[in-house]
Amino acid sequence: MPAVLLAVLISLPFWTPSRYWVSVAIQALILAVFAMSLDLLLGFGGMPSFGHAAFYGMGAYACGKLFPQLTGGGLLAFLAAGMAAGVIAALPIGALAVRARGIYFLMLTLAFAQMVWGLAFQWTSFTGGTEGMSGIPQAVPDWLQEQGQNVWPALRTAGPFYVVALTVAVLAFAGLTAITRSPFGRALEGIRENEGRMRALGYPTYRYRLAAFVIAAAFAGLAGATTALYNGYANPSQLYWHTSGLVLIAVIVGGTRSLLGAVLGAFFVTIVQLVISSYTEHWQLLLGAVFIAVVLFLPGGLISLGRLGWLRR
Amino acid sequence: MNGLVFAGLVFLLAAGLSVIFGVMDVLNLAHGSFYMLGAYAAFAVVSRTGSFWLALLLGPLTVGLIGAVMELVLFRRLYQRGHLAQVLLSFGFTLVFVDLVRSWFGPRTYGIAPPPGLGGAFHVAGANFTKYDVFILGVSLLVGAALLVGWRLLKVGAVLRAGVSDKEMVGLLGIDLGLVFTLTFAFGAALAGLGGVVAAPFVAIHPAMDDNVLILALVVVVLGGLGSIEGALAGSLLIGLAYSFGTFYLQEFSIAIVFALMAAVLVLRPRGLFGIRT
Repeated sequence: MPAVLLAVLISLPFWTPSRYWVSVAIQALILAVFAMSLDLLLGFGGMPSFGHAAFYGMGAYACGKLFPQLTGGGLLAFLAAGMAAGVIAALPIGALAVRARGIYFLMLTLAFAQMVWGLAFQWTSFTGGTEGMSGIPQAVPDWLQEQGQNVWPALRTAGPFYVVALTVAVLAFAGLTAITRSPFGRALEGIRENEGRMRALGYPTYRYRLAAFVIAAAFAGLAGATTALYNGYANPSQLYWHTSGLVLIAVIVGGTRSLLGAVLGAFFVTIVQLVISSYTEHWQLLLGAVFIAVVLFLPGGLISLGRLGWLRR
Repeated sequence: MNGLVFAGLVFLLAAGLSVIFGVMDVLNLAHGSFYMLGAYAAFAVVSRTGSFWLALLLGPLTVGLIGAVMELVLFRRLYQRGHLAQVLLSFGFTLVFVDLVRSWFGPRTYGIAPPPGLGGAFHVAGANFTKYDVFILGVSLLVGAALLVGWRLLKVGAVLRAGVSDKEMVGLLGIDLGLVFTLTFAFGAALAGLGGVVAAPFVAIHPAMDDNVLILALVVVVLGGLGSIEGALAGSLLIGLAYSFGTFYLQEFSIAIVFALMAAVLVLRPRGLFGIRT
């Protein structure tokens, strides 16, 4: 199934009727990276964060704050800065938050994220306040800008940033897949299921949970950097709890404990938010109703429908 | 003064949020929506009948009924599945309610006038107070006092406090926990609805009004201690004061300080300043 999805995404610029659909796909891919990072925490680690936007927004703000210095380093410098910002914010926040469990973890992550949001919102001299920061360049490498269209003519209409978003998403998927399948990922799932037993087996569970928190924040920062490059700005709404809630919806609707589920959920949420909203004002009602239905009747998310039926390999 | 009025409004939400969490283990993120529904109910009643006092009766009743139906039909299914599913369910409802309100009333902002006799301002000790400010404070003090009496002295309060400390034992004593849950949720919702009605002449009524109060009520409940009426009272006062002082002296950091306080309490003393649970 990942192969099918990848084929569809790679060929998208060829058959899509307009640039609009490419921009929808770009935003879905960015949300997919963000959702996969939360899934590592929520699905694999069993840590329900309601403040994951803190790291996403930090990634965006890092690009906004440092773009004069980063422009020389090109695309990779921006993406690395986003990941670094996520890690730097996650170390102290995670060190305190992963001590808590369940609802208390949820509220603690919410509190920290709202604290970061409050700073971004009010500390105007440093963060730009409600306006945030704008003028961030897309930083598409020159060779892609110039040569990409010759190799892949469809990019003329799609715009070269589609390649950036797709590459980031594919690499994030590959990286997180490797992490979840590694001994570290297995141990993390063991800690989710039975922390006491894992500790008795000699695993330093606190460090494992903290490591998962920091890795998830790094990928959230990567997604934040990508969105800052694509849109050209960083602003407080990227840090607000609505953003944490939206990515949580994506993961739950798509299916936790499955990176592919998170991707599916991200595409679903983006399509409802961007496409359905042009037909009806009530996209939030639809999203909320689907979300409620999934929570009640389909705890495994949309991806579990596939597991039941014909998609099963 | 504004800080105090604010504290009174937030208390009406926090008290219900806290008791719902304490008794049912449900962190109800739709609580801000109940407040919003209360305010819109007030607008609907006042614009049709012109009577604020009727709204004060019907608003909380309607919202309480909505809460009871939600608990009976939906939350009830999730008690075995754990807290997260319930939090998520209530979060889903925040989206649904916002859109329902928007489709019935449109995206515009409404306001209603204070009831006759409560308009206008007066002068005490060199400061201006509106009469409605005093009304809000009075209502929240009255509700607070009634809740404290009920919570500490009446049998209902004893059952609820017992529910906070040990649900299983309460069930074993032959008390119908399902009924207790439904009534608790409905009562908490009605309190939030009352907050909305009382707030309606004081704030702008619009579809995003649930947002800020929800988060503030959460902060208050965490500070005061989940499942404690006294805590909700103390937490509201603290936040009201912090807000008015913060906006005077620490403009750039007032929001961050409030949430840092919330985080500090969660880290150092998760049961809150007055919490019952250890």
